[in-house]
Amino acid sequence: MDRDEIFQKVQAVLVDALGVDDDEVTSDATLMGDLGAESIDFLDIVFRLEKSFGIKVPREELFPAESLLNNAELVSNGKLTAQGLAELRQRVPHTDLSGFEKNPDISKLADLFTVNAIVTYIDGRLNAA
Amino acid sequence: MLDLPFVLTWARMRWIWIDKFVEFESGRHAVAVKNVTLAEEHLHDHFPGFPIMPECLMIEAMAQTAGILVGEARGFREKVVLAKIGKAVFFDFVRPGDSLRIDAQIATISPEAASTSGKITRGDQLIAEIDLMFSHIDRNLAGKKFPDENFVFTGTFTSLLRDIALNHPRPAGQEMESG
Repeated sequence: MDRDEIFQKVQAVLVDALGVDDDEVTSDATLMGDLGAESIDFLDIVFRLEKSFGIKVPREELFPAESLLNNAELVSNGKLTAQGLAELRQRVPHTDLSGFEKNPDISKLADLFTVNAIVTYIDGRLNAA
Repeated sequence: MLDLPFVLTWARMRWIWIDKFVEFESGRHAVAVKNVTLAEEHLHDHFPGFPIMPECLMIEAMAQTAGILVGEARGFREKVVLAKIGKAVFFDFVRPGDSLRIDAQIATISPEAASTSGKITRGDQLIAEIDLMFSHIDRNLAGKKFPDENFVFTGTFTSLLRDIALNHPRPAGQEMESG
């Protein structure tokens, strides 16, 4: 399956899961900021991707930063703790977090979750090897 | 299969909007019945002279049916909370005297959550299609703390399972009957 086909299936999943129009689901759209996803939607997206692509999708693999949000040791009063920040740096080594670290409000993590990130993940799962 | 003494451990009141379960296949699907009566006071206002069941209460009926199905799948250990209405489409009015069959299926269940698909029928007629998601809230919501006690599965909802539980154990090979 090539990347365009993957994108189209991901687009269909997001249209169903988030109730958005397909032209809103662009490659660089952010799930929370642009498409209005809330925390439960991430699970919904995982469930739908699993059905659509016939693969098991561990949520912490697809959304490595998002799964931090549900860990009481890593989040306190809506911000990542020092331990949470360390964990985040480890999980997204290629992302510039210098701005985020000044005010590690978890709502700002939103920009890390894009449509393109999902397509890249699925592409890696299907077409690695 | 349901364990009756275990189920009856819960003995506190909770708002119940369905009447009973008639089918219950653990972790897979359940069917509940809701009988609509003009004795329900909200029908006098919704609407005067034209009583019809509000659609939001059809969603509530599905949420209770599917929520108990999801709760039972994990032995009622999780606090199961309605998190998302993925789809709710209605095809006809429901009036006093109608008997609704609420059929819920678990589509996916994981440690954190479950998604269900369901339909409501009256006889052979499709009334609604309702897909829901439930959160196991102790495993979500950014480390918020909830009481240890399971405040979701507390009440007489267990009586809804009377036909299912009381018939247990069934002779080997005998399917549950509906209706």
